[in-house]
Amino acid sequence: MTGLIWIVLLPLIGFVVNGLGRNVWSKTVVSLVGCGTVLASFLLSCNVFSMVYAARKVGEQASFSHTVFEWISAGSLHVNLSFLVDPLSAVMLLIITGIGFLIHLYSTAYMKHDKGFAKFFAYLNLFIFFMLLLVLGSNYVVMFIGWEGVGLCSYLLIGFWYHRIDYAAAAKKAFVMNRIGDLGFLLAIFLLFYNFGSLEFSAVLPKAATMVQGDTTLLLISLLLFVAATGKSAQIPLFTWLPDAMAGPTPVSALIHAATMVTAGIYLIARSNILFTLSPVTMEVVAIIGLATALLAAFIAVTQNDIKKVLAYSTVSQLGYMFLGLGVGAFTGAFFHVITHAFFKALLFLGAGSVIHAMSNEQDMRAMGGLKKKLPVTFLTMFIGTVAIAGIPPLAGFFSKDEILAHAFIQSKALWIGGFIGALFTAFYMFRMLFLTFYGKFRGTFEQEKHVHESPMAMTVPLMILAILSVIGGGLNLPEALGGSTALAQFLAPVFADSVALSEGFHLAHTTEFLLMGVSALAAIVMAIYAYVLYVRKAIVPGADHEKRKGLAQLSYHKFYIDEWYHAMITKPLNNLSTFCFKILDKKVIDGLVNYIGNGATRAGNVIRLLQQGNIGFYIFCMVIGIIALLAYGLYIV
Amino acid sequence: MGTIVNELQGIPLNHYILLSSIIFSIGVIGVLTRRNVIIIMMSVELMLNSVNLLLAAFSAYHGDASGQVFVFFIMALAAAEVAVGLAIIVMVYRNTKSIDINALNKLKW
Repeated sequence: MTGLIWIVLLPLIGFVVNGLGRNVWSKTVVSLVGCGTVLASFLLSCNVFSMVYAARKVGEQASFSHTVFEWISAGSLHVNLSFLVDPLSAVMLLIITGIGFLIHLYSTAYMKHDKGFAKFFAYLNLFIFFMLLLVLGSNYVVMFIGWEGVGLCSYLLIGFWYHRIDYAAAAKKAFVMNRIGDLGFLLAIFLLFYNFGSLEFSAVLPKAATMVQGDTTLLLISLLLFVAATGKSAQIPLFTWLPDAMAGPTPVSALIHAATMVTAGIYLIARSNILFTLSPVTMEVVAIIGLATALLAAFIAVTQNDIKKVLAYSTVSQLGYMFLGLGVGAFTGAFFHVITHAFFKALLFLGAGSVIHAMSNEQDMRAMGGLKKKLPVTFLTMFIGTVAIAGIPPLAGFFSKDEILAHAFIQSKALWIGGFIGALFTAFYMFRMLFLTFYGKFRGTFEQEKHVHESPMAMTVPLMILAILSVIGGGLNLPEALGGSTALAQFLAPVFADSVALSEGFHLAHTTEFLLMGVSALAAIVMAIYAYVLYVRKAIVPGADHEKRKGLAQLSYHKFYIDEWYHAMITKPLNNLSTFCFKILDKKVIDGLVNYIGNGATRAGNVIRLLQQGNIGFYIFCMVIGIIALLAYGLYIV
Repeated sequence: MGTIVNELQGIPLNHYILLSSIIFSIGVIGVLTRRNVIIIMMSVELMLNSVNLLLAAFSAYHGDASGQVFVFFIMALAAAEVAVGLAIIVMVYRNTKSIDINALNKLKW
């Protein structure tokens, strides 16, 4: 497992080289270093993955750990910088380095004209490094370092064009929102150490597995971990940072805010699955929050006009599905959705980036339209991505989403109905985006029309690869009902073994499963046709920003006024409190006290100095009186 | 030496104390009431010498020489003090054409 350290170290080296030499190296060198390190990391990851795969083939646990060095050793606290490779982290390794490499490649063309080219690649490499640390850490502390690190990179990259005030504000918002979740993570770590005396997964999780279901400590820990996950993975109530995070360059949105970082919350819960399975209350909370987020975000996405905003809300919504899956105990299903989502959402974001690139940085879909002929590759790949996310068979999204919905169906019919409605919305808003962008007549300016061109190879090749993955990704975990072998579930089995043993298992008649699949696939197609009728046949173009909309549309268009709510309920009172502390407590009370003492001394001096009349006789008289008084004191009183 | 001690001891100690106190008080009153700086200096000398007298008397009565050693120190100190004090008075006179203590009333608020 010596290659393991290099998987992590290579992107860090890339960061250092590009970061230090950002004004020295030419763009070619920077691209080579940036992409090369990640590619090398990917190849090493493939090697590690094949080892894990081979071990799983012969039925082993396939869990390898590797200690780099002993880091903290104080009292009973022992923390090592150590890595753990098991089926779960092996799959994450492939996603991060694989998709990471494709997006690096894409960025070489997308960011070509940016003067922060080297800085961008340095940040991207740093992100890959921290993300790998997050998934490879064999204890909660190393994971937490990665967790914080990706948050930092996310901040740096959202605010990449920091000279735009609103972009810088978006970065700050993302960072602060994440910090709220991180506090939950920290508290959970403290509690874990307090109760289990260790922070290694290999020590904590088996010990937790022996505890009784519904234990209060586990409930608290799992809830705190979930708070952490809501921050990083943009769930209610901390989801508002993700749509704003679209201020970053599009490859960043694809890599960090769709494919990898935002799935860290799901990884965290999947990793600690036993803690959650043993706390049914938390599971319910996770499922309900997940579903609510999925529905809310899908509902908002329906009326957004910024192509990236649609995708951002779609990401929030899909993350909600993953949490729904976790909440109903479909750990494999949720993780399957992480994988397929990484494929098609990265594809969609990169496609959107290609469109934005072609349209000279235009992001408003109302100014697009009719790009089908002009951007054939982008159109075709985005079409595949849209079909995949909409849940139309046989593309990837259908299988993963269906697995989650099937598990939800067993758990509760209400959850299934909610998820189903969300899926309807998903199909609708995704096709709406596709039709508004690529069909109809061109609605942009004449300048833009003249300039429109298909993106260079470096951008279209990643699109094509991701499109192929989006098509075949579903094959990773074909359900038994369709004659598949649930390969992913078999592969991940050791990670979820304890949880699966506790649950009642997945029993659903094949006919019911077929029926559920049929209904959701049919519904998705119907919604796609509905979108076609609205936006292609009738060629409806959404109205201007200030236009008054009707009822729910107004609510959806203004994102349920959630930002305004947060502003009124949290930001403003906090600001007022700060203003109060500043203007009253600090300025009046503390400064007042200090100034009062100073002024008091001055005033007392003003009075007392009148004693100094300059009459020496008087001074001597005072001196004599003083000496007599002192003597009297010494003689008679003491 | 012996005879002087005997003679000194011939007078009761109380008398020395009283005499010293009277001389000291005269000195204090002189300092407080007179306005001529030279007289004030002289009054200060008077106070110092009254103390010297007392020290010498105690020394004789207790048969302890350290009292007289103190007297020598005080005399040396008084000489230095007078030298500095007179120099200051000369400077004051040059500046104010007066040795009246009230001419030095600039030292105030």
